[in-house]
Amino acid sequence: MSAIPAELLHIIIGLVAVAASVGLIGLVMVWVERKVAGHIQRRPGPYEVGPSGVLQPLCDALKLVGKQLFMPTGADPILFWLAPVLAFLPVLLLFLPLPVGDGLMALDVNLGLLLILAFSGLAVLSVLLAGWASNNKYGLLGAARAVAQSVAYEIPLLLSVLAVSFVAGSLDLAQVVKGQGTWPWNWNIMTQPLAFIIYFVSALGETNRAPFDLPEAESELTAGFHTEYSGMGFGMFFLAEYANMVVVCSVATALFLGGWHGPVLPGPLWFVLKVSALMLLMVFARWTYPRVRFDQLLVINWKWLLPLAVANLLLTAFFVKLAQFA
Amino acid sequence: MTTNPIIDHLAGDFYTQNFAKTAGEGNLILNLGPQHPSTHGVLRVVVELDGEYIMRAEPVLGYLHRMHEKMAEVKTAAQFIPNMGRVDYGHALGWNWAFVGAAEKVGGIEVPERAEYIRVITCELNRIASHLLWWGAYLLDLGAFTPIMYAFDDREKILDILQIPTGSRLTYSYFRIGGVAQDLNAECIRLIQEFIPWFRARLPMYKDLVSDNIILRKRIENIGVIEQETCRRFGATGPVARGSGINYDVRRAVPYSVYPKLDFEVPTSDLKCARGRYDVRMIEMEQSLRIIEQALEMMPEGEILIKGAPKPSWKVPKGEGYFAVEGARGKIGAYVVSDGGKNIYRTKLRAPGFCNLSLFAEVSKGTILADAVAILGSLDLIIPEIDR
Repeated sequence: MSAIPAELLHIIIGLVAVAASVGLIGLVMVWVERKVAGHIQRRPGPYEVGPSGVLQPLCDALKLVGKQLFMPTGADPILFWLAPVLAFLPVLLLFLPLPVGDGLMALDVNLGLLLILAFSGLAVLSVLLAGWASNNKYGLLGAARAVAQSVAYEIPLLLSVLAVSFVAGSLDLAQVVKGQGTWPWNWNIMTQPLAFIIYFVSALGETNRAPFDLPEAESELTAGFHTEYSGMGFGMFFLAEYANMVVVCSVATALFLGGWHGPVLPGPLWFVLKVSALMLLMVFARWTYPRVRFDQLLVINWKWLLPLAVANLLLTAFFVKLAQFA
Repeated sequence: MTTNPIIDHLAGDFYTQNFAKTAGEGNLILNLGPQHPSTHGVLRVVVELDGEYIMRAEPVLGYLHRMHEKMAEVKTAAQFIPNMGRVDYGHALGWNWAFVGAAEKVGGIEVPERAEYIRVITCELNRIASHLLWWGAYLLDLGAFTPIMYAFDDREKILDILQIPTGSRLTYSYFRIGGVAQDLNAECIRLIQEFIPWFRARLPMYKDLVSDNIILRKRIENIGVIEQETCRRFGATGPVARGSGINYDVRRAVPYSVYPKLDFEVPTSDLKCARGRYDVRMIEMEQSLRIIEQALEMMPEGEILIKGAPKPSWKVPKGEGYFAVEGARGKIGAYVVSDGGKNIYRTKLRAPGFCNLSLFAEVSKGTILADAVAILGSLDLIIPEIDR
């Protein structure tokens, strides 16, 4: 037994826990989204399976697993099946450095933020592959949109995150959280409100959530890049989308909302509460607003978010330097 | 045409190939439809795309052709009325009225006054229902999922009301040659009177929550500009023409029934874009409420169907006549030619959607794909009506 290094054991347990929680979060989020959407639209949402329909996503998942995996003629078989796997796997890695509580994280690295940003960039690749390999014009258009959108929105996202880590002086999420206090006025959102707004808008764009869900715009592109996917091929994309939402909301919580800090309640509970609040905000946005147009989406990014993020970063750097001299 | 063997199976049928012959180098030929979420049924549009820009678009019709005009030749006039409810499921009573009106004109039949008022009330209720259907579906096209649920909530109330006199909820065949099939009973009138203030209170909410939303405004303002001259050239009518500033409403231009006695406005918009058509329809719903309110007050007691109303075997006397009404989508016309035989010799139906759709090829040129969907939706197309 002693032959197994403790470090490896730690990572394996972390990975299993992450994989399990990603699946669970996916199921819960599907239920929450449908229930919230239902109530926004003055209908009950799912209520047949289990109390208040909580077992509905489980049934949906079972149905997806049972479906035939269909591949269109002329599609590239390797890339076509690689894409959903590629969409889902990096997401598991993204969960590793998330600090749920004080010292409660799967992988304690001092470059956690960098790890998340690097691996979330892989999502674009999977979308591009999916659209390209499925040999479908809608898929191709969706993929082209997704690439343009993700590449564009990654930049302000990165810049807003950088501004926070400048202040904290660390790329380690746990360190950033430790730099914040218990009460809301001790959180980074008070010193970096602009960065938070830029981050949140960019995160909506990055995760392809409405009103920026252009790559899968139903009314124009049927389903965009995942038009041709059936069964779990589609399920993987679906799960990855929800997992990505959790990741961006968790990062936002850690960076801006004080992470596990909060009065009375235990730390991890605060973390989960804050993430849930942000997720609900995303769900509300999706069921309230129409979709923006593609060129408008890019205009928002290049003409507003990017210059603002750069200005914010420069100002932050200036004041950080000033504080060092003082 | 593509020469890539891998995607040759996507090269398509006659229409696509014919369309692709004149396509520019490196452009993508895309079939929107006939099964596509934003074409509301089975409209098919072949578009030539350069990136996201539409170089050319061509609607391909006929996927829902049901030979209504041919059926009119093998049925007696009264037997043909149910067909009219099926031409346009959105505004079935408008079509009822057009055909019945044409038959009455040829037959020289006067309709009792109470029946005229009932026709106005039910037709305007149906117009509101049709506009609500359009409103919800249009916002769905633009990516807003929620409004359609609210629209259907309101529409449900109208369907409940219309169910009482007509006996059906969507494809009404309620009008008869010489009147209507059933009187509005007390229950029905009570429901209408409850509906009017209720819906009037809903309209400002829709304006605040949806119409004034910045994302929606950016999506539909200055999109799909249709000049008045283009409207006239293609024969566009209804909210499409009024959205371009043409003050043409059959209810006012060629007054029929009791509309001259009623006080209502014909909204027009000078914006000429999708926003103009949107505004016109939203105001029209308010005006329809006004019409219903007045008609309910002015409605006299009396007969709802003339004495000795035409039986199913009734022969339309020799002659011809044209009758047009203002439908939710524009001018609905029926032209009836009878040689005095058992069946009507020929019936020609004028569908407003057909003319309105014809605009699309010209208007969509040079726009991007997302705008094309916004334009297509703003024309308020009901495909069964276009194909007939």
